[in-house]
Amino acid sequence: MFCGTAIGMASSASVNSTSTIACKIALIAPAGANLGNPMTYLAKPKLHHPSLTQNKVCHNRRDYEGRISSLCAGCGHDSISAAIIQACFEMDVEPHRVAKLSGIGCSSKTPDYFLGNSHGFNTVHGRMPSVLTGANLANRGLLYLGVSGDGDSASIGIGQFAHVMRRGVNMTYIVENNGVYGLTKGQFSATADQGSKSKKGAINTDTPIDMISLALQMGASFVARSFSGDKQQLVPLIKAAIAHQGAAFIDVISPCVTFNNHPGSTKSYDYVREHNEAVNRVDFIPPRAEIVVDYAEGEVVEVEQHDGSVLLLRKAHGAHDVHDRIAAMNYVATHQAKGEVLTGLLYVDDEAVDLHHHLNTIDAPLFSLGVAELCPGPAVLAKINAGLR
Amino acid sequence: MSAVIAVPPAISAVNDFVVKFANVNGSGSASANELFAKAILRMGVPVSPRNIFPSNIQGLPTWYEIRVTAQGYLGRRGGVDLMVAMNPQTWNQDIAEIAPGGYLFYDNSKPLPTGKFRQDIHVIGMPLTEISNATYAEPRQRQLFKNIIYVGALAALLGIDTKVFQKLFAEQFKGKEKLLDANTQALHLGRDYALAKLPRIGLKVMPLDAVGEQIFVDGNAAAALGLVYGGATVCAWYPITPSSSLAEGFQSYCQKLRVDPVTGKHRYAIIQAEDEIASIGIIVGAGWNGARAFTATSGPGISLMTEFLGLAYFAEIPITLLNVQRGGPSTGMPTRTQQADLLCCAYASHGDTKHVLLFPEDPHECFEFAAAALDLAERLQTPVFVMSDLDIGMNQRLCQPFSWDENRHYDRGKVLNAEQLEASRDFGRYLDVDGDGIAYRTLPGTHPNKGSFFTRGTTRNVYAQYSEAGPDYIANVQRLLKKFDTAKTLVPQPVLRAAAQPTRYGVIYFGSTSPAMHEALDALQADHLHLDAMRLRAFPFPASVDAFIAAHDQVFVVEQNRDGQLRGMLINEQQIDPARLVAVLHYDGTPITARFIIAAIGKHLRKV
Repeated sequence: MFCGTAIGMASSASVNSTSTIACKIALIAPAGANLGNPMTYLAKPKLHHPSLTQNKVCHNRRDYEGRISSLCAGCGHDSISAAIIQACFEMDVEPHRVAKLSGIGCSSKTPDYFLGNSHGFNTVHGRMPSVLTGANLANRGLLYLGVSGDGDSASIGIGQFAHVMRRGVNMTYIVENNGVYGLTKGQFSATADQGSKSKKGAINTDTPIDMISLALQMGASFVARSFSGDKQQLVPLIKAAIAHQGAAFIDVISPCVTFNNHPGSTKSYDYVREHNEAVNRVDFIPPRAEIVVDYAEGEVVEVEQHDGSVLLLRKAHGAHDVHDRIAAMNYVATHQAKGEVLTGLLYVDDEAVDLHHHLNTIDAPLFSLGVAELCPGPAVLAKINAGLR
Repeated sequence: MSAVIAVPPAISAVNDFVVKFANVNGSGSASANELFAKAILRMGVPVSPRNIFPSNIQGLPTWYEIRVTAQGYLGRRGGVDLMVAMNPQTWNQDIAEIAPGGYLFYDNSKPLPTGKFRQDIHVIGMPLTEISNATYAEPRQRQLFKNIIYVGALAALLGIDTKVFQKLFAEQFKGKEKLLDANTQALHLGRDYALAKLPRIGLKVMPLDAVGEQIFVDGNAAAALGLVYGGATVCAWYPITPSSSLAEGFQSYCQKLRVDPVTGKHRYAIIQAEDEIASIGIIVGAGWNGARAFTATSGPGISLMTEFLGLAYFAEIPITLLNVQRGGPSTGMPTRTQQADLLCCAYASHGDTKHVLLFPEDPHECFEFAAAALDLAERLQTPVFVMSDLDIGMNQRLCQPFSWDENRHYDRGKVLNAEQLEASRDFGRYLDVDGDGIAYRTLPGTHPNKGSFFTRGTTRNVYAQYSEAGPDYIANVQRLLKKFDTAKTLVPQPVLRAAAQPTRYGVIYFGSTSPAMHEALDALQADHLHLDAMRLRAFPFPASVDAFIAAHDQVFVVEQNRDGQLRGMLINEQQIDPARLVAVLHYDGTPITARFIIAAIGKHLRKV
């Protein structure tokens, strides 16, 4: 692609649009002259090496970064942010064509820490799904990335989580799942396993909510689980979810180093590493790209998605069929009962359709329509008046 | 007229009386009663009908009250001149409501129900069930045509032209000739019986020319159409009486007016959400992303929406809410009317918040204000409420026809496009560049590397960067106040009605109180009690409100709630001395009447 001048036209194009962006090498000034109070806001230097590799849309990896994270050192969430950055860079996503939305909580802070050239919206606790739904209805031309936590999506927000999956909103919905409330200092969330121990020694007696099972039951058309400590698995899953044209959900176990990384926790680094059962490994092949991976026959399953991208699934064990929703639900339940944390791509509907398809909305984004397309005009109104006499 | 029926003296009136139908919910009476109202309207005589209905689908009592009013007084009058008592459950209550000398029309197929009875009313019995059962075999037909039979009988008693019904039937049953014939037959069954066997009564409908160009429509349908004309593309809602018909109306107008003629695809998106929290979340997302979005709801829905309302106010997201008010608090009186959500909407959410409210007086203004709210929301980047109520929303009301200037454009507010961003040097989402408190915003996807920002409910500086610094917070909320001041100049301004002569007394009112107030002011004036009147059409209140109050010794504030919510807002927001504002409050769930206002104000003025 020619990386020349010109700016992207507002909103008209999809992620695969050909709008070009001026490649700027060397020093780029931070957005906004006022850096604010250093106690509450940290600017990230934008200085980078001029020879950094650029992708097809003329961005280097650092163009996909955001502000400096204010999360604890070693937080699993930061690894997920890094995976999102890597996935978007490698997929040649134009950052400004992404809308990133979150609720409230540690995980919901993270959209500030990646894709700094994307609009973001830190909404209300547990209600990101509805805001994302509305944003998507207004402009179907953007990529929607919803980032949430287990408190945000399983406790306060379980209702909206269920309904956004039911509606089939075209999005990538990531739950950064650590089984604990971080910002309020260590209370259990609804995904904490029964019998698991809090840092203060309390035992959780409530039945846990399994987000994967819930998403499967509610009709999500792409369902995966991963671990923040396994970038090799996570990055291709994020790519596949972004390419998916429907409701894509990834439950990412993401240990809380401060409040839930102790013995007795089932969401600690050690526990997850010991119990991680990877169903498959995914290689993401973008649309129209050549498949160059070598594999023996029967070892790999090819899944072609609607947008033309191909997922190569290397099965780790068993014969799980990722196209069978009911089988996926059984498979997840069976392994869960054994105390295993099942990861990988668990279900995908490669013929998925989204909410706009159900609503039969026009191709142009609704927000871009003007008076000519929306207002029936005075002559029609005169007829309506006549019918009301 | 006393010759018509011997004793006691019968009420005699031409084009000025009240008919009330007492029915059983679900019996199909609503469409028959509406037919009756429309027939009178077609004779050029203004009518004002009101549904008084229960929270129920079938079985409970329901009433339909029609005021026939040559003078065009469209408020509820109070009192009943002719009671059509079709519901044994409410017999005693219905009989008691008839004005002395008034008429009782009932089905005498069975003997009169036992219970209280009155000597000062005129009783007209007709064997409706017998006639219907003798003519129709099917139970549902017997029920439905019984309604049309009584309409036919009443038409004969009141002198309504049969041709009017023929025309109405022809319009209603176009292409369904079978239904047309059956209805015509039922109408004549009733009419023929009445002409042959029933006594004449003193109530008459005479042809008049007092309707003119006016239209007959309910406020919810009008608001729905206003939203279509105003360019709303995203609607999210949750069913709740009395607002459901607004969202459903939007859907049916969109199906007719918003389908792409070439592709058949929709230029709108409607989501029936899982609750009101999701409804407002969806429109907040759509408004953030540049679409004109609205929700329709009522009191309990507003309660659920308050957290999001705070976010939309603080993060400055344009959204429009149509609140069709009902009786509260809690489930309250879900099928009755009130104006009792002013405070909960004006200050919805925690922290210091203020929201823009518009007060339509009738369906015409529901149309106007729904469209205006979409403009205001985008201009002001904030939630805007249209405060309708059940009385306006769910009753057909005679009003001025809808109008739309073909040159009218949508005011999309301060939104920077890619070219403007390219040319700008210093974009700050919350920078008050123009000094009106309204900052420039950008929409996601506009420019590759300029204008993106992070929207949040937490404090931020003018560049939308997270900040917990006190000065940043203060600068932000002070700018929001400045923006609210700007709103005063943009919202619909008050409407004045000057007294016939200079007076020390004024009256302030708003919304659905309007028709009763006009009638009351006429009557008070005839009684030499003069008042200047101001109808408020929006909050925040413009300076003209202060001037109006200052120009009078005492100002009555008439509203339909218990606590005098508007009066409280005037005291708090405009620093008015409470002693100058006299509360006139009506809050039993029925629409306020001129009689009530006249009595309250008259009593006060005669004391002084």
